[in-house]
Amino acid sequence: MAEAAKSRSEAPAALPTWPDEIYHVLKDAGIRQVAMVPDAGHSRLIRSFEADPETRVVTLTTEEEGVAMLAGAWLGGERGVLLLQSSGVGNCINMLSLPVICHMPLLMIVTMRGDWGEFNPWQIPMGQGTRPSLEAMGVIVNKVDEPDLVASTVQGAAHLAFNTWKPVAVLLGQRVLGAKNFKELARK
Amino acid sequence: MTNPNALLHRRDVVNELLRDRADLLVIAGLGAPNWDVSAAGDHPNNFPLWGAMGAAAMIGFGLALAQPKRKVLVITGDGEMLMNIGSLASIAVEAPKNLTIAVLDNERFGETGMQKTPTASGVDLAAIATACGIRTSRIVRTMAEVTELRDFAHEGRGTVFAQIKINPEALVFVMPPADGVILTTRFRQSVLGDEALFN
Repeated sequence: MAEAAKSRSEAPAALPTWPDEIYHVLKDAGIRQVAMVPDAGHSRLIRSFEADPETRVVTLTTEEEGVAMLAGAWLGGERGVLLLQSSGVGNCINMLSLPVICHMPLLMIVTMRGDWGEFNPWQIPMGQGTRPSLEAMGVIVNKVDEPDLVASTVQGAAHLAFNTWKPVAVLLGQRVLGAKNFKELARK
Repeated sequence: MTNPNALLHRRDVVNELLRDRADLLVIAGLGAPNWDVSAAGDHPNNFPLWGAMGAAAMIGFGLALAQPKRKVLVITGDGEMLMNIGSLASIAVEAPKNLTIAVLDNERFGETGMQKTPTASGVDLAAIATACGIRTSRIVRTMAEVTELRDFAHEGRGTVFAQIKINPEALVFVMPPADGVILTTRFRQSVLGDEALFN
């Protein structure tokens, strides 16, 4: 009985399909530059882009570098995406002046922490501050909490960003990503 | 007799870097480097910054990746470079050949009252760039070295980084258009053609 329960819990869960769906949506949107500070929630998408010879994946030391880099990409006629965790949104605030005042597109895909199911209290301030900070800077924010709606949300955000020259952020909620519990990991 | 130990004048440096600029693409950091680049002549292939401190090198980097056949020159200040000094690490990993970063180092925050920056205490930006892996990285103190840097930038011998020691003089402001939409649109139209206006 206990053995059966254990083997059930260790059976690999079906992989979610939304990271691959985001990849295809971004490819269709013509994304060539991927600027990122990694987050676990983005790891599969990052691997897809790293395996793609048409896209350049650039690892940043801080997320605001990516806002500037993608402004340069736009000046040179290429489209990019910034992949970051919600804590990194705080690092971008003044740099968002650039796309806002220049009417440049900026597509940000933000994996949330400090949200549904969070275990780490230190993630709460920036997690809860993510949407208001972005909106205060004039970024359009679309949050998604349903795995089935991720692809269409990213697709709509990409259209909005690149056709109306706006900064747009998609927030992927922890209901989509699954909340980590380090306390459980520590007990193992 | 000119004093061989005299510091370079910033507008002499920028005029030389932009001499016969042809289709060079130029990003200018906020503050005095913006006024210096504009004093050398307003140009649609300039993208002068009025804000977003710390952006200049990374804008040049994204542009260099997007336009690998064009040469990109970033002209910025020591304070602006220091604000996102980590970007040298990000850039060095990719090391596009068509990118030159020229830092006009007056060792001061010039727009805010000439307070000292860390370079006044010896912080060596060129050594930081070298340590990040930018192989052609140097401190520039003479006009002959500025001319060599100009040639590197125009030939695309990058990635190149230079910390140019200049006189902390305050000069008259020469301003480009301040409207970010105008600066963006005319730059894109110049680089990408009229098609840029339609998408």
